[in-house]
Amino acid sequence: MPIGDVLPEISLTLGAVVIVLFAAFTRQQHHHWAAVLALLTIALCVVLTLAQWSGPPRLTFSGVWALDGVAISSKLVVLIAGALVVAMSPEWMRTDRRHGEYYALVLFALLGVIMMASASDTMELVLGVLLSSVASYPLAAYHRGWAPALEAGMKYFLIGALTNALLTIGVVVVFGLTGNTGYPEIAQGFAEGSDNLALTIATACIVLGLTFKLAAFPAHAWMPDVAQGSPAPAAAFLTVIPKVGAAVALARFMSLMPPDIAWRAIVAVISVMTMTLGNVAALRQTDVRRLLGWSSVSQSGYALMAIVVMGVSDQALTALVFFLATYVIANLAAFAVVTHLRGRTALEDYQGLARNAPIAATILIASLLSLVGIPPLIGFFGKFMLFSVTIEGGYTWLAFVAAVNTVVSLFYYLRIAASMMFSDARPVVHVLMGQWARSTMVVAGLLLVVGGLGAETLMIFTDSIRFAL
Amino acid sequence: MILTATLGLPMLGALVIAVSRRWTETTARLFAVGVSLLPVFLLAWAWLQFDTQGALFQFVEEVPWVPSLGMGYRLGVDGIALAVATMSALVFSASIAYPVDTQNQPRQYYAWMLFLQSVSLGVFLALDLLLFYVFFDLSLVGMFFLIGRWGHGQAQLAAFKFFLYTFCGSLLLLLAIIGLYLSVEPHTFDMRVLIEQQPLAGGGVAAGLVFLALMIGFAIKTPIVPVHTWLPQAHVDAPGPASAVLAGVLLKMGTYGIIRIPYSMMGETFARYALIIALFAVASILYGAFVALGQRNLKRRIAYTSINHMGYTVLGIAVAGALIQDTEYARELALVGATVEMVAHGLITGALFLICGSFWQRTQEYDLDSYGGLLRQAPLLTAFTVLASFASLGLPGLAGFVAEFHIFAGTFDVYPWLAVIGVLGILVTASLFLQMLQKLFFGTLPQRWAHFEDLHAVEWGVLAVLSAGFVIIGIAPEFLLTLIEASATLLVGGP
Repeated sequence: MPIGDVLPEISLTLGAVVIVLFAAFTRQQHHHWAAVLALLTIALCVVLTLAQWSGPPRLTFSGVWALDGVAISSKLVVLIAGALVVAMSPEWMRTDRRHGEYYALVLFALLGVIMMASASDTMELVLGVLLSSVASYPLAAYHRGWAPALEAGMKYFLIGALTNALLTIGVVVVFGLTGNTGYPEIAQGFAEGSDNLALTIATACIVLGLTFKLAAFPAHAWMPDVAQGSPAPAAAFLTVIPKVGAAVALARFMSLMPPDIAWRAIVAVISVMTMTLGNVAALRQTDVRRLLGWSSVSQSGYALMAIVVMGVSDQALTALVFFLATYVIANLAAFAVVTHLRGRTALEDYQGLARNAPIAATILIASLLSLVGIPPLIGFFGKFMLFSVTIEGGYTWLAFVAAVNTVVSLFYYLRIAASMMFSDARPVVHVLMGQWARSTMVVAGLLLVVGGLGAETLMIFTDSIRFAL
Repeated sequence: MILTATLGLPMLGALVIAVSRRWTETTARLFAVGVSLLPVFLLAWAWLQFDTQGALFQFVEEVPWVPSLGMGYRLGVDGIALAVATMSALVFSASIAYPVDTQNQPRQYYAWMLFLQSVSLGVFLALDLLLFYVFFDLSLVGMFFLIGRWGHGQAQLAAFKFFLYTFCGSLLLLLAIIGLYLSVEPHTFDMRVLIEQQPLAGGGVAAGLVFLALMIGFAIKTPIVPVHTWLPQAHVDAPGPASAVLAGVLLKMGTYGIIRIPYSMMGETFARYALIIALFAVASILYGAFVALGQRNLKRRIAYTSINHMGYTVLGIAVAGALIQDTEYARELALVGATVEMVAHGLITGALFLICGSFWQRTQEYDLDSYGGLLRQAPLLTAFTVLASFASLGLPGLAGFVAEFHIFAGTFDVYPWLAVIGVLGILVTASLFLQMLQKLFFGTLPQRWAHFEDLHAVEWGVLAVLSAGFVIIGIAPEFLLTLIEASATLLVGGP
């Protein structure tokens, strides 16, 4: 067993275990040191992951674990996003009795997402999805005394239970069809021809299972509630990180499909439905966190565009990972601001914020404009790459639909910006005391601009990535 | 370095104002005016250095930005860009210097104005398609906050409508830019390469779609009828100086974009559709003129004349792009005319909108019927309004005439019938301006304006500078024409 190939994952597990033990044996007021431990674990994991970078794309661990550019780059995105989430949490969680365990849950959820991104075996995929789900449900309902948080956790759990079951059924049917769980063998089995009806059902089940983690139509319904009801740092986590793993897992699974299954059309339809639904639902929201939740749904729709043209456009996977990275940074910046402002959520409460809290307001506006794709913020390059590969792959209509959707999305993002800039100020702005959330917010805000101006550096990481298979 | 300094100094100035919390309104304003004048001097200096016998693009600067996407920080100007950019810088300085009610947020106001100046100049100086797009989009952001924050009436609504509507255009533009980018090997955004290679020549669906997207994108910005409907409201509710910038500079991005991208890069496709574009242009000319004639609101009326004037520019460009045998000279005339029209319209309409701003500051009233007899009360205001109106309606000896003469002289040779119809627009414009002057300044002075103040020193000083611009171009246009002709010859004569 090549243990060295999963060192990053092992370090993550050990870090989580250490944090659980630490939290069990220290007083609550010292629990913020668990955040430091979590950050150190993630840093170690990043270093170990970078060490894997130079190797050729390959499958390891008896072929169940992919070690290729897509897996490694998305792993880095997930880890950095995880670090930002951990860094914005301590002040928010300080008053919670179970403050320390929170970080262990975050690390476990990260591990699950990383497994999704690296799985090259259907069993491994199920394991990743389940691990990330199981760790995420309590994150959503972490404030268990608060009804909206419970509601969010419940919705998340119910939809998750249903779709995870469907995913498992799909995996079982695929096993029945090909007699294997490993991706290379499955691809071979598909290529030799098989029962198309059964294959379609299996694919539909697996896609449905992954749309849950991706918050894409039709399993998106949990997203707005989680964004609104769960603790703001947990909402930041759940709106971005599972998506990265799920999108890569979906891409990886779809790349096995034989050409006679119309999977491109299916993904394209899901993409259009998701982005349109998310945007239309966001239009009239008067709750900023709920609005960000819906916007997050629509962003999943954009990401799916890259999967549609996978295989016909050289840079499709690059565009996918790159877009996800840009989306992650922008959305985390927005949620960092919300966290810093103590989770304030009604749009009315944001009126005139530009006067009283200019830095927070500026960062929120920049993150929203980045989500729209206004240059030279980082989001622009993500969207540009997406449009570019979609057009190159011959799906100009899809790029056009996405462009129309972008205009629609501008409307609701601008409503927040306008409310902060043009209205008269509210007298007092309550913010979290301490520097964790504040500095995370500033770092994420800087990343929006620096990432845009230095897009080339990010490009180098994702330039020629491909699947090991 | 000169072009980078042109862009960079106002941006730097904006940052300085944004962070200097203790500055008073006067300090902020003086500083902003000073900084905004630097690009004017720099561009004037570049103008003197410009070699009219030299290459198409001069003062080229190139720094790789995202080389794996073929994107770079590339700047450079030809005669057309230089003329329009210099005019834009001047209109910005004038607008910044013009007194306005900053609603207790002077630093923010001047910071946004300087930011907008920087990115607007960027649009004209960029030699990289993506950089062009970056600046094009950022100008929307700047204008959105200026209208929304410092506008009046339904300012927020106007700002929203402006941003959403024009953002539609810029996304189409983005899709088209990607189309152009994918059509050359190796993929690049370098405008020089694209102009030289003429991608997508030979027709086909792709060429048609890219061209359509480009033209709709720029038509919204210009605006050309029927996608002009964002313009009147944005103008009416914007503060006077922002209106001047909107009309004087932002609209030029549309017509300049048509010259720079579809006209220069897709010459063959452009020629195929030149007549259709010319028809839309004539429709804009007539529609803009007649609707302006029907307006009772001072600012709305001037806003609609912008549609009319931009129609002349588009007509000139369409004529220049029609590849009809043995008409090179006429086509060059039309292109020169189109560019002069851009410069002239920027100065003239900039002045007119600043005058509107003065009216608003004094009375909060744009209804023409409520005015009358201001001639005695405000002779300076009358003098400048009359001068700008006459320039706008195309009186010989003023800049508008030089432009329209070139455009129609060129059009007569290529599309004679369109020229005949288009000239009607000038007639209507004349009557609408004369009627406007009559309503404002003649007749009896209503009691409520008995204390109407004449222009203050700063106001008339600024207007005098802009007026000097269009009077000089009207009397001695040679300095401007030589510069533009140098590039127009290369563009028309080229493949």
